[in-house]
Amino acid sequence: MTSQTNQPLYAARTPIFPRRVNGFFRRFKWWIMAVTLGIYYLTPWLRWDRGVSLPDQAVLIDLANRRFYFLWIEIWPHEFYFVAGLLIMAGLGLFLFTSALGRVWCGYTCPQTVWTDLFLLVERWIEGDRNARLRLHKATWDVRKWRLRLTKWAVWLMIAVATGGAWVFYFTDAPTLLRDLLSFDSHPAAYITIAILTATTFIFGGFLREQVCIYMCPWPRIQAAMMDPDTITVAYRDWRGEPRGKGNVKNRKAAEAQKAVAEAQAAGAGVARYAGTPYPGKEAQPATPPKLDIANEHGDCIDCMACVNVCPMGIDIRNGQQMECITCALCIDACDDVMARIGKPRGLIDYLALSDEPAERAGAAPKPLWRHILRPRTILYTVMWLLVGVGLLYALFIRSDIELTVSPVRNPTFVVLSDGDVRNIYDVRLRNKAGEERVFRLSLSSDALMRIALEGSDNLNVAVPADTTVLQRVYVTARAGDPAASADSTALRLWVEDVTAQIRASKATTFNGRGAQ
Amino acid sequence: MSKRKTDKVTGVETTGHNWDGIEELNNPLPRWWLWTLYLTIIWAIGYTIAYPAWPMISGATSGVMGWSTRANVAADIAAHENTNADLVAQLVASDMPALPEDPDLNRYAIARGGAVFRANCSQCHGSGAAGAKGYPNLLDDDWLWGGDVEQIMTTVRHGIRNTIDDDALYSEMPAFEDILEPAEIDAVVEHVVSLSSTEFDAALAEQGAVVYADNCSSCHGDAGLGMRDLGAPNLADAIWLYGGDRDTLRITVEKARFGVMPPWGPRLKEADIRAVSAYVHSLGGGE
Repeated sequence: MTSQTNQPLYAARTPIFPRRVNGFFRRFKWWIMAVTLGIYYLTPWLRWDRGVSLPDQAVLIDLANRRFYFLWIEIWPHEFYFVAGLLIMAGLGLFLFTSALGRVWCGYTCPQTVWTDLFLLVERWIEGDRNARLRLHKATWDVRKWRLRLTKWAVWLMIAVATGGAWVFYFTDAPTLLRDLLSFDSHPAAYITIAILTATTFIFGGFLREQVCIYMCPWPRIQAAMMDPDTITVAYRDWRGEPRGKGNVKNRKAAEAQKAVAEAQAAGAGVARYAGTPYPGKEAQPATPPKLDIANEHGDCIDCMACVNVCPMGIDIRNGQQMECITCALCIDACDDVMARIGKPRGLIDYLALSDEPAERAGAAPKPLWRHILRPRTILYTVMWLLVGVGLLYALFIRSDIELTVSPVRNPTFVVLSDGDVRNIYDVRLRNKAGEERVFRLSLSSDALMRIALEGSDNLNVAVPADTTVLQRVYVTARAGDPAASADSTALRLWVEDVTAQIRASKATTFNGRGAQ
Repeated sequence: MSKRKTDKVTGVETTGHNWDGIEELNNPLPRWWLWTLYLTIIWAIGYTIAYPAWPMISGATSGVMGWSTRANVAADIAAHENTNADLVAQLVASDMPALPEDPDLNRYAIARGGAVFRANCSQCHGSGAAGAKGYPNLLDDDWLWGGDVEQIMTTVRHGIRNTIDDDALYSEMPAFEDILEPAEIDAVVEHVVSLSSTEFDAALAEQGAVVYADNCSSCHGDAGLGMRDLGAPNLADAIWLYGGDRDTLRITVEKARFGVMPPWGPRLKEADIRAVSAYVHSLGGGE
């Protein structure tokens, strides 16, 4: 190698100590965290009465019996397309949200973000805010540091165990499993799953944090490909903030307020977003324009580094769009806070569309929000999402309580009997999705005259126990002289009918004859 | 090696790789990545010590865990046999014709029999049991030696015309080329054709009927309906083991046929013989 520089091959991790921040987005994120964690931890404990023979857990992935239960919906293995469809909808939904609002998934609902946030909360609670943590990080390992670290790790570990523990409840009856887990009677698989998820939660949430997002996660690359200049994303209004500098805050305050009022009068309400719309709970902008002192030509950014200090990814948003940015908007809160204190309009760092830059630079009104959101690609994603959703709903409502699948035996395709009759064999699976045993009668409809018989049965009735599938061998025989016996193939329909209730279902299949000889 | 360049925007050195104007920055990897690599190396060394790994001249190092796929499979099979011990005992003690009255046991027997069939019988009878020329189709309703489940079990257990099992089902058709004149053979073939077909030479068949009565009817019956005690096929139906055309029939008469099936009694467990008999009986041709 002829490397000219002393570039290291491997870089040690730069520790990040995000500062606490208050504001609209921070509060919004607390709510999202509460709701998502609540859903995750509590869902397995919801009950749903399905009758005696079926589990009464509202959401249950019953792998042992190959059944998914979701409230009133019960998904059998052959209906796995429902799950596939939901995954497709989740994917399309991600495309839609990403193209409209950037990486909102990353910033608000990704488990890595939610749990890292939770772990940071614990860290801040035990070790203090940014400066205290920085000091502790540099301190020698004395008793105090050990005490704080061990306390923090212990709380993290408890959260991690609860996280891993909640996962297994989705796969079997939660109260029973909890009892078994506590009395060490559970299957080893449960303990191993909990151990693995505990370890990953502890390591990913506590130690790897932003490293997961930057180095392990494929989504940043994929999501970034779905964004374009019209996507609403977290960005820095450099045309407003540059050149940065402390300047004379008091003078600039006056100058800026004057300018803002003049602009507001000139351009009307159109520049509301440039001036910064107050979020609920935000102080309104100062209304009285102080005296003007234009000598100071600094931008609005006073280079206070608040946006950098609060960033959980450790980046500086003022450097422009970055792959590391998860658009969590904490820098917006931090910057708005500073702007309010120095008497500037909020929104130096803001959710904005980069395509608005020229308009904002020129002092003109940016495009209204809906024109950024409503674009051909977002409309296309919405339409596709709706199509899949409506398709799934349709499929859900046309589901029958009885179903059959017919697999003609093709080895051999037909059998010639001693009297010259031709017989085909079919493997018929009869599913009884009801909670009680049903007796089904099989019959045949076809233009040809054929006989139907069941293996191991003198009549044409098959009893199928509740919530079960039965495999039944069915013989269909065509007389030697019948056209079906000598044709290559003849259309045929197999019917099942509930003997008591008037429910019928059928499947089309074919009958193979001897062919032209 | 080309001279290293530095990216203007980030100030980071590039690797010199260029794809359509997009250059790769030579950013360092995180150090934990390196430690992960070291950990995997340590893991790999431990793994190759613990488990079979290094190929040697004959076989491979066996590892200190004593782990072996064969032993695992054997243990799995033993575990399954153990789980099914009850069903096996019931099957061995069962009255075979009454088996369908016990649906659970019947389902187990047929599933087990299917596996036995595919491993031991499919080589001749085909995986779907449709047979082949000379090997009976087990799906139809024609049974040379009888098609009830006990007769099937006897056939499986002792086999046919083999020299291994003294109880093998046995019969032998003479080769008629030394016994009959060629003209007589032609005539008897025409008679046999007439038994199951409407297109034949009536005069020739008439002559053949005499030859048939003298030479064939003792085994195949006067009307050609066969005789199960001797495994003599029914000549009047639509099913032909070796073929029902005149040329094939001539060869059959001249050279005779001698289909052999090995006895499975010495090779299969009692439960397997019963299971495979139940399976064959369930295929659709059993009586």
